[in-house]
Amino acid sequence: MAQLFTKDTQAIFWNNNKTAIQRMLDYDYTIKRETPSVAAIVAPTSGNKFEKFFWGADEIMIPLYKSTTEAKAAQPQADVLLNFASFRTAYDVTMEALNLGGFKTIMITAEGIPERLARGMNAYARELNVTVIGPATVGAIAPGAFKIANIGGTIENIINSKLHRAGSCGLVTRSGGLFNELSNIIAINADGIAEGVAIGGDRFVGSVFIDNLLRMQDNPEVKYMILLGEVGGTEEYKVIEAVKSGKITKPIIAWCIGTIAKHYSSGVQFGHAGASANGDAETAEAKNKAMAEAGIHVPATFNDLPAKIKEVYESLKADGTISEIAEPEINIVPKVRRPKQFICTISDDRGEEATYAGFPISSVALPSTGKGIGDVISLLWFKKQYPKWATDFIETVIKTVADHGPAVSGAHNAKVTARAGKSVVESLVTGLLTIGPRFGGAIDGAAEYFKYADDNNLTPKEFLAYMKKQGVPIPGIGHRIKSLKNPDLRVKGLMDYAAENFPATPLLDYARTVEALTTSKKENLILNVDGTIGILMVDMWRALGYSEEEINEFISSGTLNAFFIVGRSIGFIGHVLDEKRLAMPMYRHPMDDILYDVKKAEKIEK
Amino acid sequence: MAQKAIREYDAKSILARHWDKYFPDFTYAYETVLVQNGSELKELAKEKSWLNEKALVAKPDMLFGKRGKNGLVLFKDQKPGDVTLEKAAAWIDEKSSKEQEVYFSFDGDTPTGEPKVDMLTHFVVEPFTPHDQSEEYYISATVVGDEDVLYMSAEGGMEVEEGWDEKVTEVKFPITATEEEIAEKIKANVPADVKDEDKENFAKFAIGFFKAYRELNFAYLEINPFVMQGNKIELLDMVAKLDDTAGFMMVEEWGDVEFPTAFGMEEKSPEVLAVEEADAKTGASLKLTLLKPEARIWTMVAGGGASVVYADTIADMAGIEDLANYGEYSGGPTTGETKFYAETLLDLMTREKDAQGRDKILIIGGAIANFTDVAKTFTGIIQAFEEYADKMKEVGIKIYVRRGGPNYEKGLKDIKEAADRLGLDIEVYGPETHVTDIVRMALEK
Repeated sequence: MAQLFTKDTQAIFWNNNKTAIQRMLDYDYTIKRETPSVAAIVAPTSGNKFEKFFWGADEIMIPLYKSTTEAKAAQPQADVLLNFASFRTAYDVTMEALNLGGFKTIMITAEGIPERLARGMNAYARELNVTVIGPATVGAIAPGAFKIANIGGTIENIINSKLHRAGSCGLVTRSGGLFNELSNIIAINADGIAEGVAIGGDRFVGSVFIDNLLRMQDNPEVKYMILLGEVGGTEEYKVIEAVKSGKITKPIIAWCIGTIAKHYSSGVQFGHAGASANGDAETAEAKNKAMAEAGIHVPATFNDLPAKIKEVYESLKADGTISEIAEPEINIVPKVRRPKQFICTISDDRGEEATYAGFPISSVALPSTGKGIGDVISLLWFKKQYPKWATDFIETVIKTVADHGPAVSGAHNAKVTARAGKSVVESLVTGLLTIGPRFGGAIDGAAEYFKYADDNNLTPKEFLAYMKKQGVPIPGIGHRIKSLKNPDLRVKGLMDYAAENFPATPLLDYARTVEALTTSKKENLILNVDGTIGILMVDMWRALGYSEEEINEFISSGTLNAFFIVGRSIGFIGHVLDEKRLAMPMYRHPMDDILYDVKKAEKIEK
Repeated sequence: MAQKAIREYDAKSILARHWDKYFPDFTYAYETVLVQNGSELKELAKEKSWLNEKALVAKPDMLFGKRGKNGLVLFKDQKPGDVTLEKAAAWIDEKSSKEQEVYFSFDGDTPTGEPKVDMLTHFVVEPFTPHDQSEEYYISATVVGDEDVLYMSAEGGMEVEEGWDEKVTEVKFPITATEEEIAEKIKANVPADVKDEDKENFAKFAIGFFKAYRELNFAYLEINPFVMQGNKIELLDMVAKLDDTAGFMMVEEWGDVEFPTAFGMEEKSPEVLAVEEADAKTGASLKLTLLKPEARIWTMVAGGGASVVYADTIADMAGIEDLANYGEYSGGPTTGETKFYAETLLDLMTREKDAQGRDKILIIGGAIANFTDVAKTFTGIIQAFEEYADKMKEVGIKIYVRRGGPNYEKGLKDIKEAADRLGLDIEVYGPETHVTDIVRMALEK
């Protein structure tokens, strides 16, 4: 790969460093990227599922994950890891990513990773052909395509330094601060950079000068290179070798900083940990001299570097190697932005016609569309278009749970309230408010416990023992009068439908083996309608391809209850209207139906 | 700096603590003590009986070698191996009572170059170990380029240093080498001159040594010489450096280890120590080295790279005799941290007037920052100005500022206004001015 990054490159950002991520997204917006350059954030200690960021004046959500593994599984296209972990954990984070695979580039910002760990991590990455930028770096940039975190500084500076679009220089430095400074110098004296890398200040860094320069040699956008080296180390000599051997043919302008070091015998550490000369060849002087002798353009001092850049650039322009760059249009990031208080991901009323998850209402509402209430639920609850067997199942469930007579507590409440002269909605909610763990909740409970047993490979016997230990009767098992011999036809209908239409019903199959055991103890301990619905919902989601975690989340967020709420609302409203129609008077419970057991209150002396 | 030298005593203590893990087939008595004076040694003799019972060797333990050639190893009173506790204590008191000259390089036995002069403050005392020259071996390990290198020799002591190329076997290992590969390679490269009966043991010892070097995060580890008598090992002399960035994982393994200033190195000034202490406590970076405190030009530069460029430019244009300090602050220090750093510099800078009566120059420089908030750090500098304005005016200081980065417009405006209000002489430039151009401007005036 001749290019480090493209306009499609996406990264996983390890650590929720909001300022740096916002800078990346502002950059993306400015250069009109289509996708955000950060696909995911790894935030091991956060309980949130996403973080909001500005995208121009709008906002977007970047998903949060607990680990790199989860993030990579969810965002496999993201092939850059921006490792912003501390020096204590940066090594582990890098190694996890390397072992995971699928990353082309890993950038490490921490300074002072133990040397032995840094060396091991760099060697392993090299073996796997993964480019490591850092440790102890501010990163890299491919102007007009992708920028890492804070490199380039503020968006104003980026535009001033022409880092918003590709120029023709390949820039490699050790220092991050001087990288920025050089970008500015190059923008003033030439046409900006095509790709730039700050390799990092630690003694052992992953990719070194030569790795980056060789890639730039192969990158047709790069017409010449600038290398800013430092006193210490021998990496510049590898560049000299490559120039001499003809591996690098593009012009290089280079300077090694730290010429002052020669004046001090030892003990003064100038600049980065990597900057300390062992022997004459490692001094800045010797390296500058050797580079000049190899035909690299070396200025007399750092102060003369701008003039040298101008000179080389102008000559490349004169001979036609570099042509004028058309300045692209950019988006302007607004100066004042307000975060949004609410987020909506299911429907949108801003267009011509309001939509349900992207579908105009008329496209699902009219009979001619062939869509039913199950389709509407799948769009508005799950933001997906479920297949017909699933939407039919949802509708069957809703129809099945619509009513269960006037005696159940919810219907009774609704009726009592209606007789007190309250409105439909008031009466309805008194009924709905009874829905919970004892009324309707068996659906949730059955899904939860049966799934738990199945996930943990409990045999029916073990499951029964487990529930006994929990001190809970198994939700979804047992009926007042029905038994295997005298089956509940609603249950039979649901099971038959599933057998015919579901691709598979693993949880129901498991539940049947449990039922076989419970009914052998007592005839009426059958799978009841609540249990069957809860269990089949899990099977439906499994067949639709949801992960176990996602299904667990549906259960814990009360989605199963929601089917019951929608269905039973139909019945409650029926009972309320029934009371209104009959004009029934205020209800008073007969006193002889109440056991009065009132004792005189004792006085507490203390 | 990541690689830091430790005392011989600490190097032995670290190996002794993990001896059974790395050298299960060998024994090491670990009879060694570190003392600062004779009475401390006598005090230790109350619990360590060998100090009374055995003949002793005493030598300074202050990060320098060639102690024998400098006459700083006590191993005989009348004849080798007759040094008593009393004698050792008296010798230590004598040697530590006044400054000593130490030569760091020799041509044969003749010292070359200038000696360093300093007080001897730390001594290591051990039993005298009678042994045959043929039982002495050399071993060391360090990192060269990207590889670890193990050096082994059948000859120890001075001989190996003077005949390095002929006498030392070098074996290189990539960082990815497995334990099996390492063991294999060491076994195959045991120096030919090692006595046949010692060859197997030598390999075993070298394998353990190299494993300890790797696992205990030594950056340099040398035993010269060690004595091998069957399974009994004596570590006669050691030199070691640790990779101090690994300190957080090596708390247990290293124990209470000290990183002392070497003999002859100027003790760090309280100001430098205070900056080091502040640096250790923050995620940002604060560095200060005093080069020539009476000099005229002081720098307060942001960034590890930019600070070097400024120093280079000052050396080129004014010469190093005018440069008072080197240092840098970076990585987004807080206002408070920057204030402390600026006050430290201003305090040092305003202690004396320039000997030739010129104005002093303060370069507040920096490249275009990536993420450090310029206005915030400049607020710290302004607060320091407020504290030191009177002294600054008395000494006569011209301030030159050049900086870019987040919020730089506000930072530059604030510092200009503050200096004007306080009556300080200041010139302020932004990213449109070349980073080191203020050095030229300052010197042209």
